[in-house]
Order: sequence, then C-alpha cells, then structure tokens
Amino acid sequence: MVSTVETVVQSALDVERIREDFPILHQTVYADKPLTYLDNAATSQTPRPVVQALVDYYEQSNANVHRALHYLGEQATAQFEAARASIANWIGAPAPQNIILTRGTTESINLVARAWCDAHLREGDEILVTAMEHHSNWVPWQLACQRHGATFRIAPITETGELDLEEFGRLLSERTRLVAVTHMSNVLGTINPVADLVKQSHAVGATVLIDAAQSVPHMPVDVATLEADFVVFSSHKMCGPTGVGVLYARDGALAEVGPFLGGGEMISKVGDTESSWAELPYKYEAGTPNIADVVAAGAAVDYLTHMGLDRIHAYEQELTSYLIERLDSLPDVRIFGRAAKRGGAVSFEVSGIHPHDLSQYVDQQGVAIRAGHLCAQPLMRRLGVPAVSRASVYLYNTHAEIDRLIAAIEAAQRFFQA
Amino acid sequence: MDDLEQIYQEMILDHYKHPRNAELLADDPVLADEENPMCGDRIQLTCQINDEQIEAVRYKISGCAVSRASASMMSEALQGLPIEEANDLIEQFVAAMRGERELDPDWHEDLMALSGVRKFPLRVKCATLAWHGMAKALSERKA
Ligand SMILES: Cc1ncc(COP(=O)(O)O)c(C=O)c1O
Repeated sequence: MVSTVETVVQSALDVERIREDFPILHQTVYADKPLTYLDNAATSQTPRPVVQALVDYYEQSNANVHRALHYLGEQATAQFEAARASIANWIGAPAPQNIILTRGTTESINLVARAWCDAHLREGDEILVTAMEHHSNWVPWQLACQRHGATFRIAPITETGELDLEEFGRLLSERTRLVAVTHMSNVLGTINPVADLVKQSHAVGATVLIDAAQSVPHMPVDVATLEADFVVFSSHKMCGPTGVGVLYARDGALAEVGPFLGGGEMISKVGDTESSWAELPYKYEAGTPNIADVVAAGAAVDYLTHMGLDRIHAYEQELTSYLIERLDSLPDVRIFGRAAKRGGAVSFEVSGIHPHDLSQYVDQQGVAIRAGHLCAQPLMRRLGVPAVSRASVYLYNTHAEIDRLIAAIEAAQRFFQA
Repeated sequence: MDDLEQIYQEMILDHYKHPRNAELLADDPVLADEENPMCGDRIQLTCQINDEQIEAVRYKISGCAVSRASASMMSEALQGLPIEEANDLIEQFVAAMRGERELDPDWHEDLMALSGVRKFPLRVKCATLAWHGMAKALSERKA
C-alpha cells in the first residue's frame, strides 16, 4: 500500500483519467465543436464524486442539522460537521471551529466587513487594499469605511502587475486597522507574497484578511503558515457546488466581535429584550445552512486531496506557461500581468478586437473564455482598458485545448481584421 | 447562415471597419455620454438640428463591433429625419432589439443586419447603446 501511495505522489497528474470524472466536458456545442472550458477562474466544473455526494445526501441523509433528534438529523449533522472538519484539515486550520461556513467568498468578506469593523473600526482608521482586488474585496471595505468615518487606501501595482511592495510598506501605519489582499489575482494571475504581507501588517498592529478565492483551489495553502487573521474562499471554484463559502478565522480573531446575521442556530439564549450568542463557528451561521452543498464541498476537498494540490499546481504551472507562450507567439496580442509568481488566470487583449467580440467568436468555436471587467473595474482603469479577455485553466485542461483557443483567436483575427 | 454569421453580417462588419460619422469635431457639444456598465462600452454623441430636422449625428465610441456598427448605422438612419420621427424610430428600434416587435424593412435597410443580434440576449445592450444615448441627446437639446 505504502509504495503505491508513493508512486502516486511522485507521478504527474493523469489528466485523461481526471477528465472522465467530468461528464460536462465531453460534449460538442454549436453542432460539432468540442467544448473547451477555459473559464475556471469564474467557476470550476464539478466531478462525478461531488455530484454523487449531493445525490447521496438527498437520497439518504436529508434533514435539518443541529436540531432534529432523530436518525436522519444525526446523519445530516455528522456529514455537515465532517465536511467542516475536512475543510479545516485541508487548509491547516487548528480546529473545525475556525471554519465558518457561508454562501461564498463575498458573504465571508461582508461578514468581516460588518461584524469585525463594527467592533474595531473607528473614525480616522484606515483600511488598506491593493489595486488588484475583486469588487467583493473592495466594495464591502469601502462601505465599512463610509459607515465608520475611516479612510480607504489602495496599494498600487507595478508595470508587471505585481504588488508595489515599497508603496505597500509606505501605506502601512499605526492607523491601518485592517489589510485586505488577494492571494492570487483573478485578472493578472499574480500570486502575492501574502505571508510577508501578513508579517508587515501585524507589525503595525493591523488585522489581515486574505482573499484566497483563486489560490486555495489551485495550490497548497496552509493558513497556519500564513498566520493571517481571516482567509476566505468559495466552493464553486474548487470543484465544489455553488452556494458555499468559507471564512477561516484565526483563534481569537473574532473575540469581542458581535454577530453578523441574527436568527436561529446563532443563539445561546433568546430573551424578551436581549439574547446571547452561540459559540464559534455557530454564532456566525444563522438559519438553516446550505447543508447539501456543504457536504458536497467536503467531497470536493476529498477529490482535490486525492489528486494532490501540489501535483495540480505543478501541472497548471506547466499548462499556464504553454498558454502564455502560445499567446505571445500571436501577433497583436498583449498579456496583462507578467508576475514572476503567477497562477493560471491569463488576461489579454487582441488589438482591434473588442473582448466581447473575441469571446463571442471563440465561443462559437466551442471555446469558453471570459470577457469584461472581470469584477475589477479599479484594476481595468489602471490597465487603461475598459475590458479584457481571460483564459483560465484547471486540472482537467489540456495542451490540445490551449491549441484550440489559439486557433480560434487566429480565426477571429482573420474575421475581424480591417 | 450560422449564428456567428448572423450576428456579424457583412453589413455589420462593414460599418464596424468603416464607421460613418464616428468623430466629434472640436466645437461639438457633447449632448449625451452613455455607458454600458456591464462591459464599459461608452459613446459620446452630438447632433445638429435645423428647423426641427436632424442634419447630422456625430459621436465618439469605444466598444465592440456590434455597438460600433449600430452607432454608425443609426447616424445614417436618423440623418434628415424630423425630431419626432427620430424619436419614434429610436423607440421602435429598441423595442425590436428587445424582441418586442419585428424590425421594419421600411427602415434604413442597413438596420436589418442587426436582427441577428437578437439571438444573443447579452449583446442586445450593445446594439441599443447608441440609441439610448441619442434619445438622451435629443431630450437634452429640448431641455
Ligand atoms: C479573487 C476573487 N475574490 C472574490 C471572488 C468572489 O467570489 P464569489 O462570487 O464566489 O463570492 C472571486 C470570484 O469571482 C474572485 O476571483
């Protein structure tokens, strides 16, 4: 047994085998074009074992959690809590209580921006973000600053699309109450040196939230090593279902912080005028949670663990290099973001072709890419474009699919050229 | 004709590659500045009116092939129309793009090329951007 495990760990990803787990990939669209899915940064596809977990849950274990004192209720609760424990273990959290289950990255961030900021953000304080944040790691902090009379600061990026570390350091001060930074940019692909950023931020007494929506699905992330206070991500970008998000909170990070949503489950005692709150993580899980999808998210963790995040990361690094090399070989194509450390989200423009025309054209060849501002309008302004096109890879993508994208772009260039 | 050819008909590509009236002159007042927040497409419009009749429509646009072609076609279709008729055409064209009525062969013939866009609901906003801008420009002028 031990030796087989070792050979598995050493060997590369068996992509053809993995693709068999994703029935959605095996279809032709627009009559005869093989579907080529390269929009993984928006959402990932769902492998059979994860879909099966949903089916099994509804066919065998469905009940409300934490309340029903009957067989199914216990089954559902046990599976729900097992999923929480898998997630905790997967990202190196000390205990399941460090994992608060939400509806998504966006809700996780809003939870902190509401509850934590209500307790800690004061007039004159500052919140520091970077110019490469997704709207969901931007707008909630802007709103919090407006509510509390705090100042919203933005650390700039360099020509290569990396965080300007010098400026970041300059913007940090004892006024900085919270730093919110993405681990990996969904536009530029840039992987930020978050462990260093956390150290610097802690040194001035700031709390740190890491948006790991694009990193956790693609590379090993260990929250204990990062030492961040909050880490957030979404199930639907990591082979899991939609409607589940994670908020990891370091021990003590939510001490003295009031509740977010009020309702069932999050209470300890409900009085006529006042109530008291449940322990973590339940204090922040008001109402019936998304039980089935959480259970399936646990199955997604098992799936990715089985494939090996280090192997997935290594494979995607290779595939991304190939994608960049092929894009660079085309005339009139410009890539946004040339970070030394990067992941598999690659944004680009083809001169003379608007991103919407390009994505529509390649879509008709069966190739799904994303076009638009990618929920990063502040970054678009800094890049000086209204919109970009983006291809993003995952563990089931192949070199042949990259070739199909490139051929489709070449065809679009012929079609639209003046 | 496949879907792609329908949305990017020859006529659309022609207007896209050779846009008509696509420049603002130095002293043109910008009467409307319309943006599609979904995709960042933007058009700035002006029009010259003489005796309640549109003499010229000029604009500056940054956008996709569909929004640019539609703006170009509009600038030709509205030229020479009395303001009231122009407003009617704008209203009817927008309704047609939304699938609430058919395009009318009596309209400026190039406009028929935009019928294929209706198959792509996400692109309808591209085709109507200039027209919404023009409606604003006309009411701006009245005000
Ligand atoms: C970097 C980043 N942060 C946050 C989000 C928001 O995630 P969700 O829409 O799942 O809440 C996304 C996904 O689009 C993202 O890419």
